[in-house]
Amino acid sequence: MKRIAGMILLAFGLTGILWADSTLSINGAGATFPYPLYSKWFDEYHKKNPNLQINYQSIGSGGGIKQLTEGTVDFGASDLPMNDDQLKAYQEKHSIGILHFPTVLGAVVPTYNIPGVDAALNFTPEALAGIFLGKITKWNDPAMADANKGVKLPAQDIIVVHRAEASGTTFIWTDYLSKISDEWKNTVGAGPAPKWPVGLGGKGNEGVTGTVKNTPNSIGYVELIYAESNKIPYGTVKNASGVFVKPSLAAVSAAAAGAAKAMPDDFRVSITNAPGKDSYPISSFTWLLIPEKFSDAAKRDAIKGFVRWMLADGQNYAEGLSYAKLPKEVVAKEIKAIDKIQ
Amino acid sequence: MATTSKTVPGASPIPGARSFLSRLREGDEIARMITFLFAASVVLVTLLLVFELWRGSALPRHKFGFAFFRTSVWDPIFDQFGALPFIYGTLVTSITALLIAVPLGIGAAIFLAELAPARLSDTLEFFIDLLAAVPSVIYGLLGVFIVIPLMRLYIQPALKSTLGFLPLFQGPAYGVGFLTAGIVLAIMVIPYIISVSREVLLSVPRDQREAALSLGSTHWESTWKVVVPFARTGIMGSIFLALARALGETMAVTMVIGNTPIISASLFSPGYSIAAVIANEFTEATGDLYLQSLIELGLVLFLLTFILNGLARLLILVTSKRGSETALA
Amino acid sequence: MSARLRWRKFVSGFMLTMTGVCALVAVSVLCFILGYLVFHGGTSIGWNFFTKLPAPVGETGGGMANAILGSAKLLFLASLFGVPIGFFGAIYLAEFSGSTVAFIVRYAADLLNGVPSIVIGIFAYSMVVLPFKHFSTLAGGFALGLMMIPITLRSTEEFLRSVPNALREGAMALGASKWKTIATVIVPTAYRGILTAVLLAFARVAGETAPLLFTAFGNRFWSHRWNEPTASLPVMIFTYAISPYDDWHRQAWAAGLVLLGLILAINIVARAILSRGSAVPRS
Repeated sequence: MKRIAGMILLAFGLTGILWADSTLSINGAGATFPYPLYSKWFDEYHKKNPNLQINYQSIGSGGGIKQLTEGTVDFGASDLPMNDDQLKAYQEKHSIGILHFPTVLGAVVPTYNIPGVDAALNFTPEALAGIFLGKITKWNDPAMADANKGVKLPAQDIIVVHRAEASGTTFIWTDYLSKISDEWKNTVGAGPAPKWPVGLGGKGNEGVTGTVKNTPNSIGYVELIYAESNKIPYGTVKNASGVFVKPSLAAVSAAAAGAAKAMPDDFRVSITNAPGKDSYPISSFTWLLIPEKFSDAAKRDAIKGFVRWMLADGQNYAEGLSYAKLPKEVVAKEIKAIDKIQ
Repeated sequence: MATTSKTVPGASPIPGARSFLSRLREGDEIARMITFLFAASVVLVTLLLVFELWRGSALPRHKFGFAFFRTSVWDPIFDQFGALPFIYGTLVTSITALLIAVPLGIGAAIFLAELAPARLSDTLEFFIDLLAAVPSVIYGLLGVFIVIPLMRLYIQPALKSTLGFLPLFQGPAYGVGFLTAGIVLAIMVIPYIISVSREVLLSVPRDQREAALSLGSTHWESTWKVVVPFARTGIMGSIFLALARALGETMAVTMVIGNTPIISASLFSPGYSIAAVIANEFTEATGDLYLQSLIELGLVLFLLTFILNGLARLLILVTSKRGSETALA
Repeated sequence: MSARLRWRKFVSGFMLTMTGVCALVAVSVLCFILGYLVFHGGTSIGWNFFTKLPAPVGETGGGMANAILGSAKLLFLASLFGVPIGFFGAIYLAEFSGSTVAFIVRYAADLLNGVPSIVIGIFAYSMVVLPFKHFSTLAGGFALGLMMIPITLRSTEEFLRSVPNALREGAMALGASKWKTIATVIVPTAYRGILTAVLLAFARVAGETAPLLFTAFGNRFWSHRWNEPTASLPVMIFTYAISPYDDWHRQAWAAGLVLLGLILAINIVARAILSRGSAVPRS
C-alpha cells in the first residue's frame, strides 16, 4: 500500500519537475461564435511558439465578460461589446480599463432541419420575428410560403431552438430582431440572454447546431461555420434594401464597409441591419477583450505578440473557416491600439 | 464506546518525572487531538458550505423574498428572477422518475429478497451495485444518443396517438423534455431503490413469513400482505433516498431536458431543472443579482435534498430497529 | 381446488413472475449500457485517443491525452485531501469520541454526502477559484475531495467498529497504549474494509462532472501547473456529447468507455478485496 502510494507520489513529482519548464499559459474564455477559428489560431500559434499555450474555453460571451471581470481569466472574448455598466464595473474592481480588439466578422444564419426540404429558404424579417415570437407556429404559414414559392413546406409545428446561456450570438440575433420588429423590441428586447417566448435551449453554438441537426422541423440560429461544417441548410434573409441575401463572406464584408470607415476609437460598433443592397443584415464583428494593464510582463508581451500575429498572418485562416477578414482600415487602426496594452 | 478511557484533566505529570505509562497516555492524547481535528474539519467544512450558500444569496433573498419561489419570470436583462419553472421542472422530472422506478425497483427487490436463490440474488445485487456506480454523464451520453431519438420517433408519437387526449401528452414531439428527463432519472435511481429495499426486505424476520404461509397464504400473499408492509417504512426510506438523488442530479438532466424555463402541463414540453440551470448559467451570470439568484437556487436544492435525506434515514432506521426488536422478541 | 384458490394461486404465480421481470429489466439495462458503450466506444478508441491532444474544433482526429492525465491529477489531489480527513475522522469517531460529538460529526458527514454535486461546485468556486483568481486543478481536486470525505468517513468508521472488542482489550492488556493499539491492531484488522471504502469513494468521484464545470474548467492543451485549468474526462464527455461534430461524438463514446471501464474495474476490485478478506466479521 505504502509503496504504491509512494510510487504514485514519485510519478507525479517527476511529471511536475519535467513540466516545470518555461511554458507560459494564458487562459481566455468567452464567445462560442468564433471558437472554430480561435481554436485553430491558438493551435497554430502554439506550433509556432511551443513555449506559449493559449487555452481558450468557449463558455459564451456572457461568461467571457463575467470571468474577465472576476479576474479568473487573462482575457475574454465576446460577440457583443461590453456595455458602459460592465466597463465601469471592471474599472471599479481592477482600476484599469478593457480594450476591445475586433478579430474577424461573422454572420449569424437561420438554420433549419425540415425533412424533405433541401432548398435555401427565404426569410423575411417579419417571418423571423414571428417565428421567434411564437406567432408563426407552422412551417406552411403564409409568411413563409409567400417568400418561398415553389418549395413545399410541411404543415408541421415549428420547433424553435435558441441558446440556453448568455451568448453573443444571441445578442446579434436579438439586436437584429429588435431593429426590424417593434413588437420584439418591446416584449423581448436585445440582449445576450433574453426571456424567450418559445423554444428549446441548446448550450453554445455547438449545442444549438446539435439540437437542430437532431430535431426534425426545427429552426435555430448559429454562426455560419457551424451550419456549413455540419451540412445543415441555412436560409437567405431579406436586408434593409429589400433584397434576399445569402450569407457569405462578401455579404458580411459589404455590411461592415460602412462601419469600417467610421470606426470609433474603442471599436464598439453594431453592424446588424446595415444599409446597402449587398449587405447581409445579421453580421457582426467579434472582439477580444484585453485588460489595459498586465502585472506579468511575459503575459503582456505574449498577448501583444499574438494580437499582432492575428491581425497579419492570422487573418489568412479566417476565410477557410467562413469568417470574413477585417477591413484594412480596421486592421491599421488596431495595430496602433496594441500599444495601449501595458 | 464503553472502553474509552477518560483522561483526567490536570493529571499530566511534571516534566522530567514522567512515568512510562503517562507518556503513553500523552501519546494517546496527541492521537486523540489529531484525529479530533480531522473529524472537526468535516463539521467545519459543512457549516462553511451552508454559510457560503446563505451569504452568497443575500441579494435575491432581500429583494424578492418569497416571491422568488412564486414567480416564473427568469429574465437576466431586466433583472427579474423567479425560481418557479426550475422548481417545477425539478419536481416534475423527479416524480415522473419515481412513478417509473418505484414499481420496477420494488418488484425487482421482492424478487431478489423473496424468490431468487441466495447465490443468484447476490450475483444480481452485484450487478445492480455496479449500475449504481455508472457516472451520470454517461447516462447523459446514452440519453442524448439513444433515449432522445427513441422518444421522438416512437414513444412520444405512440403516446400522442393513444393517450393524446390527456393534457400530459400533447404538443410537438421534441424528444427532449420532462418525460425524457424522467425516464433517464428513473434508470439512474432504480439501483438505489433495489439495493436498499432488498436489504430491508431481507431483514424482515423469517417467522413473519412462515406464520403467514402456515395460515394458508400463497407465496405472493405472504410477501405482499405481510413482508412488504413490515418493511414499508424502510422501503419508503429507499424511495426518499432515490428522490433526493433525482432532485440533485445535474449532468444527465441538463443533457436531455431541453433547457427552457417554462411551466407546462405537457410532459413532452421542454423544461429546466434547478441543477441544470446552475450548470448552464453559473459561469456566465453577469451581475450580482443574477449570480446570487443562482446561488439561492443552489440553497433551495440543498435544503430539499437535506430534508429528504433526513426523512429517508429516519425511516430506514425505524424499520431496521423494529426488525431487530421483533427478531429478539 | 376451489376457483378462488386457483385464482389466488394464479395471482401469486403471476405477480412473482412480474417481480422476476422487473429484476430482469433492471439487470438488462446494465448489460445494455455496457454493450452499447463497448460497441460504440470500442470502435472509436485508438492509440491516438490516449496519446494526442484534442484537435482544433471541427477537424477530425486528435485524442484526449490531456484529459486523461487531468482526471488522474484531479483524483490524486482529491484523494490527498479527502482520504486523510475521512480516515482520521473515522478513527476519532470509532475510538475516541463521546456520543454527542460523534453524532454531530456523523450528521455533518451525512449532510455533506447528500449535497448535490453541482452545489459542491458552487462552493469550490467561491472558496478556491475566486480567491486564487484561477480556474485550476486545485479547485477541482478540492471539490472532488469534499465529496470523498463523507463516503470514506462513514464506511471506515463502520469497519473500525466491526473490529471485535476482544482484540482491543487484548492489545491493551498487553500494555499497548491506545494509539498503538489502533495503529498496530485495529487498523490492520480492518484494512481491507478501509481500502474498499476508499476505493469506492474514489470510483464515485471519478465520474463526477458537475463540480468540475466551474472549478477545473477545461483546457485544450496540457495543464502544466496545479493552479491552471485542466481538462478532465467527464467534462470532455459532456462538451463533446452536446456538440454537433460526429468525430467528437465518436470520441465521447470512447471517453465514456474508458471512464466506465475504470470505474467498474475499481468497484469490482474493491468488492473482491472485501469478500476475500473475511478477517472482519460482519455484524
